[in-house]
Amino acid sequence: MRLNVNGQAYEAEVEPEMPLLWALREFIGLTGTKYGCGIAQCGACTVHLDGEAVRSCSMPVSAAAGKRVVTIEGLSRDSSHPVQKAWLELDVPQCGYCQSGQIMAAAALLAKNPRPTDKDIDEAMTNICRCGTYQRIRAAVHLAAGTGKGGGSIIHMAAAGAGVDSAVAAADQTSKA
Amino acid sequence: MKKTQRNNTTNQSRRKFIVGSAAAAAGGGLALGFNLPFGVEPAAAQGVAAGNTEVNAWVVVKPDDTCVIRIARAEMGQGTHTGLAQLVCEELECDWKKVEIQPITPGQNLARKRVWRDMATGGSRGIRGSQDYVRQGGAAARMMLLQAAANEWKVPVGELTVANGVITHAASGRSTSYGKVSAAAARLTPPDVKSIKLKDPRQWKVAGKPMKRLDTAPKVNGSQVYSIDLKLPEMLHAAIKACPVYGGTVKSYDESKIAARTGVGGVVQVDDKTVAVVANTWWRAKAALDALPIVWDEGPGSKQSSATIAAHLREGLTSASNVFADINDGNAPQAIAGAAKKVEAVYSTPFLSHACMEPMNCTVRITANKAEVWMPSQNAEASLAALSSASGLPLAQCEAYNHGLGGGFGRRGGTQDFVRQAVAIAQRYPGRPVKMVWSREEDQAHDFFRPISQCKLSAGLDPSGNLVGLHLRVSGQSINAWLAPHNIKDGKDVRQLQGFWKAPGDAQIGYTVPNLMTEYAMRNTHVPVGPWRGVNTNQNGLYLECFMDEVARAAGKDPLEFRRALMKNHPKHLGVLNAAAEKGNWGKPLPAGVHRGIAQFMGYGSYVAAVAEVSVSGKGEVKVHRMVLATNCGHAVNPATIAAQVEGSVAYGFDSLQNEMTIRNGRMVELNFDTYRPARLFQMPKVETVIVPTYDFWGGVGEPTICVTAPAVLNAIHAATGKPVRTLPIKHHGLTLV
Repeated sequence: MRLNVNGQAYEAEVEPEMPLLWALREFIGLTGTKYGCGIAQCGACTVHLDGEAVRSCSMPVSAAAGKRVVTIEGLSRDSSHPVQKAWLELDVPQCGYCQSGQIMAAAALLAKNPRPTDKDIDEAMTNICRCGTYQRIRAAVHLAAGTGKGGGSIIHMAAAGAGVDSAVAAADQTSKA
Repeated sequence: MKKTQRNNTTNQSRRKFIVGSAAAAAGGGLALGFNLPFGVEPAAAQGVAAGNTEVNAWVVVKPDDTCVIRIARAEMGQGTHTGLAQLVCEELECDWKKVEIQPITPGQNLARKRVWRDMATGGSRGIRGSQDYVRQGGAAARMMLLQAAANEWKVPVGELTVANGVITHAASGRSTSYGKVSAAAARLTPPDVKSIKLKDPRQWKVAGKPMKRLDTAPKVNGSQVYSIDLKLPEMLHAAIKACPVYGGTVKSYDESKIAARTGVGGVVQVDDKTVAVVANTWWRAKAALDALPIVWDEGPGSKQSSATIAAHLREGLTSASNVFADINDGNAPQAIAGAAKKVEAVYSTPFLSHACMEPMNCTVRITANKAEVWMPSQNAEASLAALSSASGLPLAQCEAYNHGLGGGFGRRGGTQDFVRQAVAIAQRYPGRPVKMVWSREEDQAHDFFRPISQCKLSAGLDPSGNLVGLHLRVSGQSINAWLAPHNIKDGKDVRQLQGFWKAPGDAQIGYTVPNLMTEYAMRNTHVPVGPWRGVNTNQNGLYLECFMDEVARAAGKDPLEFRRALMKNHPKHLGVLNAAAEKGNWGKPLPAGVHRGIAQFMGYGSYVAAVAEVSVSGKGEVKVHRMVLATNCGHAVNPATIAAQVEGSVAYGFDSLQNEMTIRNGRMVELNFDTYRPARLFQMPKVETVIVPTYDFWGGVGEPTICVTAPAVLNAIHAATGKPVRTLPIKHHGLTLV
């Protein structure tokens, strides 16, 4: 089967019903796209198919024939895509396992909707993150979009040396991820 | 209900390993992490002599001034690697921009007689459990590097200063850098630990600051190699299936039905309850496994259901047998019986799965004289021990390569079931690496689940609404009974009462009640259980803190004021509650329809509290708008990482509000994310993190704030609807998180 992945042509000897995810991981050797659930629920396997975010665990590889597949490895050559830059800027990942899918979902969202609202982000970013990086994901999408809402974590840090009670009074907004 | 035998082998091998390690540590020179190990092997000794730039076990300074900081604990996203590097860098006085981290292997640790000490990463101990010796390691390296410069310049070391890895002798105007003197420093005798003065944390410049994580870059471009991504020459792939009913076994399977499938190599019976299919790719192995006819002997467990288990636990709430009191101050039952007003409630929480995003997996290669394992592990030394015991090869012929974990949450610590399974499969293919990956369904079915429990609480109020008596009893499954029975002393498993303990320092109850009784009735089931991020603080925090709101309501008092009146003897609990209340605007006006809930608790050495702002629609849609969570974790090594953990704990707490693992015919029902619903972005509230460290202890960060998330939300729901939510998940009350 002939596949176009990240601008390169591949000839893969695979069963047509094999999910695109496993063709990418086990035949082409691109492991940045992850297996999480196998039923298109978690989004860890998200790639772009002709520019659309798709869940590759539940799409047969035959459906990708003749189309352009872009994986996290092909999103940019040097992590310079605005979404990747925002993810780096806000230190979004914790364990990182879901983040390839999160980034691909965010990139597809911004390609269609350059200035999304919170509601747009809620609807488009349905990928699961078990570490719970959602607050920073939301902020990073805003940061990449330049909406002015890309603040990251909100931290009130007490001044060093304050006692139990005075620490409370001194707890002070520093707000920086 | 009896648990199966197989966990005993785990515990035995682990115990042996610990004993062996302790014996090695007693060999001398190892009480401190920074000492060069006693009795180094010839190869290592040679390494020290010849142009070595390892100043001590924790610090290597390359000629180009790069400071390599060794890390023993596992990184599963919690930020421990960056935090530990900050602590070493702070004492070392090196340039943070030139810091690199280098994880060590358990084989290296053993070969050097555990110079890097404990590698276990759980219980929110990653930083608090190693901060003293890693800081000493950094400080000792600094002293040796300065001494090397002083020796070279023939000046007293006291005349030197250092900043960012640049050593200066002001009197003569000379300066040098760490990279230039590290080889000479490596040959010096390490300083006596008593001569090392650690910095006052209030003077920290790198530690205590929101430094960027050191491990982010490969996580945004797909280049991070998780264990599941490993590629090795000649590698085979295995998919695995265990009897869905706990305690059941394999009766038979028909290999002929899949023999002709593309790429399939064969079927391996892994143990008495588990079958694996091996193929040249994982998808082919998994597809063949799905097509393999397997007949199970399901055993007596198949008669169990959520209803039978609930009845078993309910019996424990009032039974006089197999129950003990931990705290028994005054006479709580009598005080409550004679009180002007009584409040009583029964709460319950279900089994939950960890659902790490990276499914369980493990790669093993076994040759005649060597066994290797590649895995995501919260305890690489336990992985090494499991590899040794399962393969029969001595520890010295084994090595374990830990990868960054795609989630841990307590699942990948002590049990190491995945290592033993992978060994059993790989033994059939000597010399070839075999990567075993669980499907999500297998991961959900064969977790070591958060234990199920119920809690009966009774309180008595005097005519002025003061709490005169509190009696609580937890009835439920014991983690120790399943995984570590030797930790149960005299039949009393106090671990299940985590957060209700009287002893200060770790998980102390924050209220003083004149008549107080806490009890635990152990009621085990056939379901495997284990530590789930936050372990028993989550359920216990929910029970106590939701009930306190019910009691405050019955007393006609504000929930915050009611709590405050009971906390005079617990200033740290009170301090953090006040911090959350203040930043959470407790008592200030809210938009119409929005209600607040509050909760406080203690776990993992840290004091935590939360305020939630919630609205509930007529259709039962629960919207959490904002949460403010406060922690006094003693020392705050990286505020940005702490905030990330606090935000993550809100998502994890939400999971506990909306999920359950249901038992039907002895097996789990919710086997994938269509029925088990981890929190998603649209449900995430605005989270504010309040950090109020008091610098007189070291507490944990990864877990504690989970235990106040659910009760704060539930108390806000109670405020909004006027009805308490006593059984989880909330869907049983017609409620959904939106």
